[in-house]
Amino acid sequence: MTLPRSPRARWLPALAWLAACLVLPRAAGAVVELDITEGVVEPVPIAITEFHGQTPAEQKFGRDLADVVTADLARSGLFRPLDRRAFIQSPAELIDLPRFADWRQINAEALVTGVITGGEGGTELAVEFRLWDVFAGNQMRGQRLSGTPDQWRRIAHKIADTIYARLTGEKGYFDSRIVYVAETGPTTDRVKRLAIMDQDGANHEFLTDGGDLVLTPRFHPDGNSLGFMVFRQPVPQVYKYDLLTGREARLGDFGGMTFAPRFSPDGRWLAMSQAENGNSDVYLLDLDSGRKRRLTDHPAIDTSAAFAPDGERLVFNSDRAGSPQLYTMRPDGGDVQRISFNGGNYGSPTWSPRGDLIAFTKITGGVFHIGVMKTDGSDERLLTESQLDEAPTFAPNGRVILFTRKDYRDNHIRLYTVDIAGGQVQELPTPLDASDPDWSPLRP
Amino acid sequence: MRLRLLCCGAALLLLAACSSTPDESLYSDGSGQLGGPPGPISPDGTIGSADLNGGQPAPGTQEDLELTVGDRVFFDYDSTVLSPVATETLDRQGAWLKQFGSIVITVEGHTDERGTREYNLALGDRRATAVKNYLVALNIAPERILTISYGEERPADPGNDETAWSNNRRAVTVVTTVN
Repeated sequence: MTLPRSPRARWLPALAWLAACLVLPRAAGAVVELDITEGVVEPVPIAITEFHGQTPAEQKFGRDLADVVTADLARSGLFRPLDRRAFIQSPAELIDLPRFADWRQINAEALVTGVITGGEGGTELAVEFRLWDVFAGNQMRGQRLSGTPDQWRRIAHKIADTIYARLTGEKGYFDSRIVYVAETGPTTDRVKRLAIMDQDGANHEFLTDGGDLVLTPRFHPDGNSLGFMVFRQPVPQVYKYDLLTGREARLGDFGGMTFAPRFSPDGRWLAMSQAENGNSDVYLLDLDSGRKRRLTDHPAIDTSAAFAPDGERLVFNSDRAGSPQLYTMRPDGGDVQRISFNGGNYGSPTWSPRGDLIAFTKITGGVFHIGVMKTDGSDERLLTESQLDEAPTFAPNGRVILFTRKDYRDNHIRLYTVDIAGGQVQELPTPLDASDPDWSPLRP
Repeated sequence: MRLRLLCCGAALLLLAACSSTPDESLYSDGSGQLGGPPGPISPDGTIGSADLNGGQPAPGTQEDLELTVGDRVFFDYDSTVLSPVATETLDRQGAWLKQFGSIVITVEGHTDERGTREYNLALGDRRATAVKNYLVALNIAPERILTISYGEERPADPGNDETAWSNNRRAVTVVTTVN
């Protein structure tokens, strides 16, 4: 397996990872299980130790890896990493079986230990880590991961994903990326650039130079390319950006403006809108043949179409009932059903990767919300409230929503996350103002 | 020397023309937020070439359209309906386009930021097309009218209040080429 290091890198040595090679049979009666299906949960106290290394370089990797794992798990809100200064056992002592009494004493329920080898002078970096159930006194999970030294953050994210999955029963989302629009300049003449970063904000990179106005980047399901919109003469159109080569290409020569691109789950189609004589409708573009199929044919605005993860339906935004509302339809345009009924205007719908929820922007009484509803429109819940929240995108496991908020006090536009169960809104810091995020699938 | 005197005479004439108070309705569509008086005259009263241009815009230019006709119309929230004030402005634009029959325009459709980005691209397109259709109904050839939607991307007013948002819900006519 080969992985791209950065958009313009060619090919790199493999990041090999041997799942579960260290797993011991799990003892019955383990107590650390996190039920996250029921609203806001009490975070699990977890001790994440610095991974042990023989050399100073290995020890530094050990610290840095533990820091990244700690930050990932803490940010999820489902874990409460304990202060390392309270730890009684040292990393060196933890090479053997942990003294569980030492960890019970500081009320850790789960313990993470690890050993680092290599990584110096460009040699392969190998990490063995183990997740322990402190109360049952046994190992819940063990894993060996390796890669080039510059992939150390990805290794840490994969460890965090494994811990998250083992303790919550759901897939993690930490080894993933975010593409968004970086904004600079005066409000009346914004310069907008595509930018990409890891899910935690690291490895930030600008993809375009700001010469053209660019909007709404969306990941291809393979995570290696983007669909986006460019304002370029004579008509703004949807383009594709290849993250492996840095090349961009127009996706077709259409008469009217094309916008609102979103890939199908199999990557074969692009849902998009096209404006013709003042009317916008939803189309599917066959990315192999370049032919397009019209899905809606209505004098109202039809836009912001997004696929369900099984590809069986799309959700879209239409003002055919007099105000912007949400509808779903089959990928042939049939069986259109309105799903938003609770008053106010709705927009920018997106389907959870788990398939069970649709997130949206809602505007009511001059206030903006990010909300979720079931795919038939029932059980609407508003998760945020501000003067301007919009553009939700789901984490790859459907558990967290990332969105854009404009703060009218300081006029800055930034990215924020919120758990689908509700709760605290957290900023995801970016170097510049940021809008229109899209969250990648988990990386392979 | 004689030439110089003639220049000054022309400038004075222009000065006189621009000092006559323009009908305010020519410069706005009633919102009172547009236009403003025609080009400035330097405070010390000196007349230079800049004043020659500033005093009265050259006919058939963007400046002429802005100052003597009105280059933009405004819309209600989430609406593409042309108000009576808007159609008055467009009637003047139609007459102006007939006067300058070689001009090709682009109608830029804009929205405020109080909606979602993609929906606003569609809404801006519908606003631009509403203006185009009105001008075509005035017998302006459709080939002379291009349209583009900027959605909420290019507000005219950076403010965060209803006044700013109403200034931004607009369609602006821009002189694109003069054949």
